[in-house]
Amino acid sequence: MDFISIKETADKLKNKKISITELSNIFIDRINKNANLNAYIYFDEDNINHQISSLFHQESLLNGIPLAIKDLFCTKNMPTTAASKILKNFKPTYESFVTQKLLNEGSIFLGKTNCDEFAMGSANTTSYFGNVVNPLSTKKIPLVPGGSSGGSAAAVAAGLCLGATGTDTGGSIRQPASFCGIVGIKPTYGLCSRWGIVAFASSLDQAGIFTNCVDDAAILMESIAGYDNKDSTSANIEIPNYYKSINNDLSGKTVGIPFEYNISGIPEEISIIWEEAIKTLEKGGVKIKKISLPHTKYALPTYYIIAPAEASSNLARYDGVKYGFRSEKNESLDEMYEMTRKEGFGKEVKRRILIGTYVLSAGYYDAYYLKAQKVRKLIANDFINSFQECDFILTPTTPSAAFPIGEKEDDPIKMYLNDIFTVPASLAGIPGISIPYGKSKEGLPLGIQILSKHFDEQTLFNVASYLERNNE
Amino acid sequence: MKIDKKTTLKIAKLSRIKIEDEEVDELSAQLSSIVDWVEKLNEVNTDNVEPLSNVSMAKLPLRKDVEDLNDKSEEVLSNAPDKLENYYAVPKVVE
Repeated sequence: MDFISIKETADKLKNKKISITELSNIFIDRINKNANLNAYIYFDEDNINHQISSLFHQESLLNGIPLAIKDLFCTKNMPTTAASKILKNFKPTYESFVTQKLLNEGSIFLGKTNCDEFAMGSANTTSYFGNVVNPLSTKKIPLVPGGSSGGSAAAVAAGLCLGATGTDTGGSIRQPASFCGIVGIKPTYGLCSRWGIVAFASSLDQAGIFTNCVDDAAILMESIAGYDNKDSTSANIEIPNYYKSINNDLSGKTVGIPFEYNISGIPEEISIIWEEAIKTLEKGGVKIKKISLPHTKYALPTYYIIAPAEASSNLARYDGVKYGFRSEKNESLDEMYEMTRKEGFGKEVKRRILIGTYVLSAGYYDAYYLKAQKVRKLIANDFINSFQECDFILTPTTPSAAFPIGEKEDDPIKMYLNDIFTVPASLAGIPGISIPYGKSKEGLPLGIQILSKHFDEQTLFNVASYLERNNE
Repeated sequence: MKIDKKTTLKIAKLSRIKIEDEEVDELSAQLSSIVDWVEKLNEVNTDNVEPLSNVSMAKLPLRKDVEDLNDKSEEVLSNAPDKLENYYAVPKVVE
């Protein structure tokens, strides 16, 4: 397929091999032909054409580049739903920091991509707008794209945009990137402003990027990173030129291989690609170091206390008063609240609000929430200690390849286990990237995850780029 | 079961989410199994461990306390399900 890389497309635009309108028309056509994937919640050709006609030329690689935006980012000229009925008709009056940065560089937004409701899910099956289909599915067995940013991942993988934004709270970029066979990066907590991103779990939420190759991920990451005084957790640091600085020479570096990620019950094919990636690094002069992250097995239970607790607090704002859906059953104020939230939220979101309310409620706060925050400290310390011995860490991204739609829906915990390899880094706030590496027995893509120190995204790009070039 | 029917109804009330009678049993079972699972954390010794609430390296910034005189009420109210003049409108609270 032509036009799947930002860098190459930018060159063609620059050399006038194609116009911005012609380029957009290619993508509009592809989106229309792949409507069955349900990757977009909002897609309007007139909106795209309007953006092109009012575009001021920018001296940027992104000028005229068609992108997709996860429907969790507030956008002034497109509705924002968080894939929830409760925000079905919400029209933000402001633009998120991340999307504004992309607009400032002249990129074109093709639309808003589907995701799990309020980013709560690992299969994109909790969306009010229906599930997304993984473009790598066979006709007989539709597969999940992963979640929560499943629409963004599917759109990039199917060539329905050149890159997409996502958000990652416990794996919502890396896991769908792995399932769809593309690159997905969650940067360090604080690298990108959360201003204008619909909040799920504020101490974990972070914006990131999906692309078809590592170079493109570096280009987009550089564009969306940066300090914002409207987000008090935004880091005021110099953003490196990630793309130009990519260095494939890894000789002398040390990779950490965490013993605890060898969990029982994962398919052999996952261990095989992990081994192969280690060998490939070794060939490039990387020293292999076995490390221990002893609290790994507590990461998921910690996450499933902290994330729902923060979600229950963040989602208190959806009360049918200020914006969004209001139930017609509203005889009294209390009835309006209770019926609006009953009818407006889906099952998984309600479950998490209830769990969050429980762990924060009087008498249970110390036993659950405070305890989880202490274990979170131990998990973060595991990483800090390990980075004394290694420059980066290599793990599988997911414990399986993409699974059929409908699987793991009977038991919430089974679904939660998808994020077993991605959640620890989220709790520690360190950056992680997933790149496609090898295939399952069924021929589905598998992902390998690279983790590095806080704000050392450059190492992620260097290692990912090396593995991408040396992937047999 | 950690979370019985009564507890489910209580936290639903605190969360302002209406739960129907026919949902309570299944929901109580699901919530209980999640709570049982997260209690795995009790195995971890956390004596003298500081809770980690913020992984950000950012220092909380200060800003000048200045008045913003721009009237944004129209924007603020633009998504309200119901409004009256310059206010959000809700069902009657006081008889």
